[in-house]
Amino acid sequence: MEETHTLDFKPFNVELWKFDGHAGALIPLLQSAQDTYGYVSEKAIDYISHVTGIPAAEIYGVVTFYAQFRTKPLGKNVLKVCNGTACHVNGARSVYNTIQDELGISYDETSDDGQFSLLSVACIGCCSLAPVITINGETHGRLTSQKLIKLMKEQKRLVRATATAMQE
Amino acid sequence: MKTVTIGLGTCGISAGGEKVYKAFMDELKERPGAFILKETGCIGMCYREPLVEISNGSGASYTYGEVTPERVGRIVEEDLVKDEAIDDWIVIGEGREPGFFENQVRIVLRNCGCIDPGSIDEYIGTGGYTAIEKAVTTMTPEAVIEDVLASGLRGRGGGGFPTGTKWKFTRGAAGDKKYIICNADEGDPGAFMDRSVLEGDPHAVLEGMMIAGYAIGADEGVIYCRAEYPKAVALLRQAIAQAKKRGMLGEKILGTDFAFDVRIKEGAGAFVCGEETALIASIEGRRGMPRFRPPFPAISGLWGKPTSINNVETFANIPWIITNGGAAFAAYGTADSKGTKVFAMAGKVRRTGLVEVPMGITINSILFDICGGINDDKKFKAVQMGGPSGGCIPAEMCELPIDYQQINRTGAIMGSGGLIVMDETTCMVDVARFFLTFTQAESCGKCTFCRIGTKRMLEILVRITSGEGTMDDLDNLSELSDQIRAASLCGLGQTAPNPVITTLKYFRDEYVAHIVDKKCPAHECQALLTYTINEACTGCQVCARACPTEAILGGKKVLHVVEQDKCIKCGKCFTVCRFDAVEKN
Repeated sequence: MEETHTLDFKPFNVELWKFDGHAGALIPLLQSAQDTYGYVSEKAIDYISHVTGIPAAEIYGVVTFYAQFRTKPLGKNVLKVCNGTACHVNGARSVYNTIQDELGISYDETSDDGQFSLLSVACIGCCSLAPVITINGETHGRLTSQKLIKLMKEQKRLVRATATAMQE
Repeated sequence: MKTVTIGLGTCGISAGGEKVYKAFMDELKERPGAFILKETGCIGMCYREPLVEISNGSGASYTYGEVTPERVGRIVEEDLVKDEAIDDWIVIGEGREPGFFENQVRIVLRNCGCIDPGSIDEYIGTGGYTAIEKAVTTMTPEAVIEDVLASGLRGRGGGGFPTGTKWKFTRGAAGDKKYIICNADEGDPGAFMDRSVLEGDPHAVLEGMMIAGYAIGADEGVIYCRAEYPKAVALLRQAIAQAKKRGMLGEKILGTDFAFDVRIKEGAGAFVCGEETALIASIEGRRGMPRFRPPFPAISGLWGKPTSINNVETFANIPWIITNGGAAFAAYGTADSKGTKVFAMAGKVRRTGLVEVPMGITINSILFDICGGINDDKKFKAVQMGGPSGGCIPAEMCELPIDYQQINRTGAIMGSGGLIVMDETTCMVDVARFFLTFTQAESCGKCTFCRIGTKRMLEILVRITSGEGTMDDLDNLSELSDQIRAASLCGLGQTAPNPVITTLKYFRDEYVAHIVDKKCPAHECQALLTYTINEACTGCQVCARACPTEAILGGKKVLHVVEQDKCIKCGKCFTVCRFDAVEKN
């Protein structure tokens, strides 16, 4: 996941920078950086600092303040466990425990093979389907432990199948 | 020809709505022109998603629920081709789901789930953009404010501050440049009404903002929207582009001198940004930390200019109020709280989803008359209102009418309208711990009492739920609650102890059971459970293999036994057993 040395922010920086006075564009810039690279790297922060004149430390302060920004790359497959109130009441914790067992990772961790990252989110907003997780953006709701174990096995099988296909 | 409309709000998509839409598309390719295919937002009946509405040309309609791609073929074959409705699958129509819609009054949700949110023409077709026309062509800004004051509308985001008064202050503030901000950073876990309104009726929110802009003298509006709501952001962008194209946004709106433009700012995920000054800091590109008030944003807000910040639901009410008059809105509700309120129903209730009710209706009425009561006929214990800033109201008190003052008196708050239903299997201490985990993580860190106090409270709650609490802990919780309330700058800190205060007040016996008896009455706190195996055990050995400490004894086809001194209470045996033979007590 090492990004190249030439960070190309050209597609968005000029336009964003003209927006409503300079400082207001910092968060959209960081969002674009994350969209492009999957996370906000140190290099991206340096670059934004260079373009905007905002000290890197201040930018780092903004990055770490907001839940959206990551300073580490994510795995190939991203699982998000909803921890909204409805999901909590309907058993989000046992959902988490099951995933932890199956994938061997905790929140904010990536598996050693770089395949899976596990995140906790405050609320996806489909409380009526609680408990809910998303796998690569696709929602899986009304989970039971049996259903979840099956789902995890399926995910692992998919990963293995892809790996085998790559080798061949 | 019949029209097929599929609910594609986030809830519909999560339940598989897009696959159903695709299945209809495929059918349509095979029979071109057999029916018209459309999409809409969320009608509120989330528990029956994916929903598919069938309407014939004459306006009559009914809706199929829980539609899967596999069911689409039969719907096309029988209903659309042969005109024979499949009675068993209908969920909205004559005599279906009694009470759900009959007891609602839909002002905010008037178009949600009815129109295509991506079409400005459909919005205009329901009378959209006539309110802004009425305002700018026949009313002075002062008259608009008077009408909103007369409606009695209070901020629906949680604060409950009278909207008209806020506008009046902002209008009266000195300065040429003023801003309108729409707070669409719905951060309360368990509330999703703003998302549904944005996804179901984005033009109504835009129109509300325009009217606000006209009233206070602002020419620019900013929508601060949660980045976790990609569908809402996309629909808003589309709506803004459409409105600009029609001349509803920009210069010389409707041939008058009124100019107004709207843009979207995506939030980056921070609950504290629901607080006005933190939200402004975030728009300005800084850490979203609240500042001292006064000056209030009405005097010095975004970039130091007078700014009025209102919530999505508040704005969605505005066009209706201008069209029908403030008095029509004030006709609903109680002396203190006018109009309607949208609630997001979730938790252990049969019908989960969105309901809009007139103020003054009782909590029990929402729960039982509209939402069909508790799941699996379990015993109703409490509702949680107001999210992390709110509190738990016990079942005995749920004859209480929905009214700002009355709810505040219980220690909960109206909040943004998340209503989480809890039954006998929900542990109230654990609920308090859950909310404190949230607020502790979301505290911005500015005020010491909020930053460190919530941490200490959380530690105590973790201790109690692990069976290591003492009775002194309860006094410490109360004391910390008072101090955090008194010594925090913003609403987050001031209300953070509410879930603890209310559960301590109404469910003290549960705290005591955890501390003294080392038992969790709801069987939820893992550390306090005892796992046993009953006669339903078939001796399949699945649990024994799953047990990480080899605490389960018993051979093949022999009743298994849990060795208590080896058991680490991880609950794996309970999870893997397919015969309900593992019991937790």
